[in-house]
Amino acid sequence: MVNIDLLIVGGGPAGLAAASTAAALGIQVLLVDEGLNPGGQLVKQTHKFFGSGEHYAGTRGIDIPQQLCRGDQENITIMADTTVLGCYEDGVITALTGEEKYFKIKPQRVIFATGASEKFLSFPGNDLPGVYGAGAVQTLMNQYGVLPGKRVLMVGAGNIGIIVSYQLLQAGIPVAAVVEAAPEIGGYLVHASKIARAGVPILTRHTILSAQGDEAVESAVIAKLDENWQSIPGSEETIDVDTVCLAVGLSPVVDLLRQVGCKTKYVPQLGGDAPLRNQHLKTSLDWVYVAGDVAGVEEASAAMVEGRLAGAAASAELGAGAEAQEIIAQCQASLDSLRGGPVGEKIRSGITQLEGGVANA
Amino acid sequence: MLKMTGIAQRADWQAKLPSQERRQAGPYAVFECYQEIPCNPCERACPRGAVSIGEDINHIPQIDYDICNGCGLCVARCPGLAIFVVDENHAPGYGKVLIPWEYLPVPENGQEVVAVGRDGQELCSAKVVEVRRAKGQDRTIVLGLQVPVEHVNMVRGIKLGGEDNGR
Repeated sequence: MVNIDLLIVGGGPAGLAAASTAAALGIQVLLVDEGLNPGGQLVKQTHKFFGSGEHYAGTRGIDIPQQLCRGDQENITIMADTTVLGCYEDGVITALTGEEKYFKIKPQRVIFATGASEKFLSFPGNDLPGVYGAGAVQTLMNQYGVLPGKRVLMVGAGNIGIIVSYQLLQAGIPVAAVVEAAPEIGGYLVHASKIARAGVPILTRHTILSAQGDEAVESAVIAKLDENWQSIPGSEETIDVDTVCLAVGLSPVVDLLRQVGCKTKYVPQLGGDAPLRNQHLKTSLDWVYVAGDVAGVEEASAAMVEGRLAGAAASAELGAGAEAQEIIAQCQASLDSLRGGPVGEKIRSGITQLEGGVANA
Repeated sequence: MLKMTGIAQRADWQAKLPSQERRQAGPYAVFECYQEIPCNPCERACPRGAVSIGEDINHIPQIDYDICNGCGLCVARCPGLAIFVVDENHAPGYGKVLIPWEYLPVPENGQEVVAVGRDGQELCSAKVVEVRRAKGQDRTIVLGLQVPVEHVNMVRGIKLGGEDNGR
């Protein structure tokens, strides 16, 4: 049994920020991550981040992990290639390193920073080789240097769809079009303008009807949607592509939270089932915290601030004192600022639905 | 239209230009930032303090064109690659536009390239007259393009390396 002050599950932007913050407050931290190198989705984000200059804005995602948390920092142990398999009511968490080493952890507090998983879309041919999630395209291309295909149809014009389209263009792969079912582009317009001036048509109120091909994707059929989101007969168009990339949203990965009995609620604004929590990111269980996309799908800048907030809040309960309270207040102000504008409206309305469920300290 | 296609229309970008008098007085930055998003690196990027966003980082940047001298240090610092610098009097009949560039190949100084507009459509030929690769730009190249002056506020990119990105 490994006894530790604070266990952090997941080494993405939220988990790394939480680990670094708690360790600096003198708390003994164990961070486990299933990847070979920590960083979560940051290791694929080759573009410069938005947000406040004080919080990594203008820095490329790939350069953030080592700035966020160094493995040799005092009070931190990072275990890579380690997957948490179970989380039990008596506070025991089980994990597996590699394929052999199975062990138990008993933390005083745990922060789940397990992130989000990609949503899928139903259409004929979606099981053909050549249909990818956007995350897989980024992994192949930006982590392993493998081109996913020769010509791509992107489905979804949120930030992920648009940014991955840009990265495909940078890798020399033409993007035939981006289709988006909603009447307007969901991602930041500056990202959309980047691919527009590269000649990629963004087709709002359009959807994919099917992917076609014998052994793998050879073409895709798209169509216009009417105001009731129904495809308009006669508007079908066949596009020659060998790759269909789906960027149709993310859902919080709440499996472990459910297993241990944290209360969750379906909040569409945050991507699906998300844990009830208070303003310190504590869930309905006293010893369990959340941070990042698992607490409601948002973006990496907010995830880093949430990680810092949860790290400080858990540390405060473990005796970290006034410095932790200061960090908590700073983080809450930063989150208010990041979510303050019109693009944060959806997030704000989603979080309101979760924060009522757990009393504030 | 912008929200449906990602392509700024004439009325959108014209509203971002300084006064006619200022446009003729020398190079100026054009911030093609139309949406309130939480982002403020441009504010710190300007060494002269010409860019202000204020306490709410969702505000759209405001440029003081009495202070902006069109130096172009902001161009590579915008995560959205939405800042351009325009000089309407670069040479007789020609203007110059600075654009951010993150594709390969990077054109050489002196090279002739095909200039494109906000919609990616070919507009004219352009000559690369400057290639900036300062360390602080963090791998975003800034290209100076000499273009016929009537196109200087239309050109916002160059055609990607021979790839067919149309349908």
